[in-house]
Amino acid sequence: MSYAIREALKAFRRTPMLSLLSVVAIGVSLFVVGLFALTAYNIRRAIEGIEARVEIVAYLHDDAAAAQVNDAERDVAKLPGVASIRYVSKDEALVTAVQELREFREVLTNLDSNPLPASLEIRMRPGHRDPTSLERVAQRLSSYSFVEEVNFGRDWVGKVVSLRRIAGGATAIIGGAFAAVAAIIIATAVRLAVFARREEIEIMRLVGASNGFIQGPFLIEGLVAGFAGGVLAVALTLIAFEVVNDNLLRLAWLPGSWALLGIGAGAVYGLLSSAVAVRRHLRGA
Amino acid sequence: MIKLSSVHKEYPRSAVALRNVSFHVRKGEFAFLTGHSGSGKSTVLRLLQMAERPTSGEVRVSGFSTAHPHRGDIPKLRRRLGVVFQDFRLLADRTAEENVAFALEVTGARRDLIRPRVSKLLAQVGLAAKASSRPEQLSGGERQRVAIARALANDPVVLLADEPTGNLDGFAARGIFDLFREINASGTTVLMATHDLDLVRAHPSYRVLELSHGELVFDSAAATATPEAHG
Repeated sequence: MSYAIREALKAFRRTPMLSLLSVVAIGVSLFVVGLFALTAYNIRRAIEGIEARVEIVAYLHDDAAAAQVNDAERDVAKLPGVASIRYVSKDEALVTAVQELREFREVLTNLDSNPLPASLEIRMRPGHRDPTSLERVAQRLSSYSFVEEVNFGRDWVGKVVSLRRIAGGATAIIGGAFAAVAAIIIATAVRLAVFARREEIEIMRLVGASNGFIQGPFLIEGLVAGFAGGVLAVALTLIAFEVVNDNLLRLAWLPGSWALLGIGAGAVYGLLSSAVAVRRHLRGA
Repeated sequence: MIKLSSVHKEYPRSAVALRNVSFHVRKGEFAFLTGHSGSGKSTVLRLLQMAERPTSGEVRVSGFSTAHPHRGDIPKLRRRLGVVFQDFRLLADRTAEENVAFALEVTGARRDLIRPRVSKLLAQVGLAAKASSRPEQLSGGERQRVAIARALANDPVVLLADEPTGNLDGFAARGIFDLFREINASGTTVLMATHDLDLVRAHPSYRVLELSHGELVFDSAAATATPEAHG
């Protein structure tokens, strides 16, 4: 193992240009994937932000008894996916309306009586904000006699769900295509680096080095080049993120686990590409 | 030490390379393998290195046989063989010393033993003063000496040489050949493929195996025919 590490480090010193080109090819390939990941992540966050605003509002008759409403709250809270239930009194509804509907402030503050109904606002947990889950809760609410009307923006929720599906599909297809292109470029870069040293492999075979011994330094080189390429890709993506953030629009940076996954994927793929490339030269040994 | 028994080698979509070739080179022997280009000399050497397998027949080298092939045995066999080529096959980015050391490093030799062993080998081939030179700084004869030192690194019992003097002028070629004779004198079996008939004729005491169109047409040990080399 120590020989493999030593030789791998020597190879970087002996052919710095070739090693640098491999790292840059891997880095730039993964950078494109990183840019896509950044875009996909922010689109996903935007859709999740919209989804988080999904709520079911049950408007109550003015004569609804507090005990009945409390029982209903406890009952609905047990339904799958329900995150929270909040009772909004008539007075609170009016205060909110005055605050939010500024153009009607005068009218709303000079009313003889409060026309707004009390309501129950139900929020759903992530993963339960689809029309089916919302419909189930809405139906339960509608079954109470003191509930006048239930509203959760059925059409709007349907559109959000469609948007999420389209974004998910596009992420899988376009991201898959970018990843495939990156994989091909990385494999080619590693293959060229190995090909440039085919004489070395040939001599190693000639003097009786075992295949494992021959592969060792190349595997470490592939691993290190992939790792360095992954770090370069994360750095380039971070620079692009800062530039966009400062000049165009506010974006969220990728979760740390995504960046680590990118670096890890670069390292593992570099290692695998190297293993495949060396094996070509060991065939028939 | 080296034994070919009814060896036949055929490549897909190509002519037959060897036809029913049998010979036995004993321990400590020096044998020339002669023949025109394409006669099958290099095929014999590749079979001996187990870089290829015979289509039929058996190749035995230093106890290893193609009849019972085991992938793990091939590197072990190659450590018992030294191989020298016409084109030297040195690593251009390494010094003479590093080229020789390479053969020891990749076969797992102890690090503390490598340097003294390399110095001894370079001295043996007369290149102690050129240890730090890269191949481009060496003459053809010197490069071949480095290649021979590398071939000797793992103390081979058999030395295979494929046209080792083919790229050298007369003076350098004689020097290299003398080196092979010294190596043989120390007990190493030598099989040298060459089409240099003058060299062969100049050493009538050595065994000659002549191939033509993949067939063994002359073996001086049997001496039943008149070879081109000895005609």
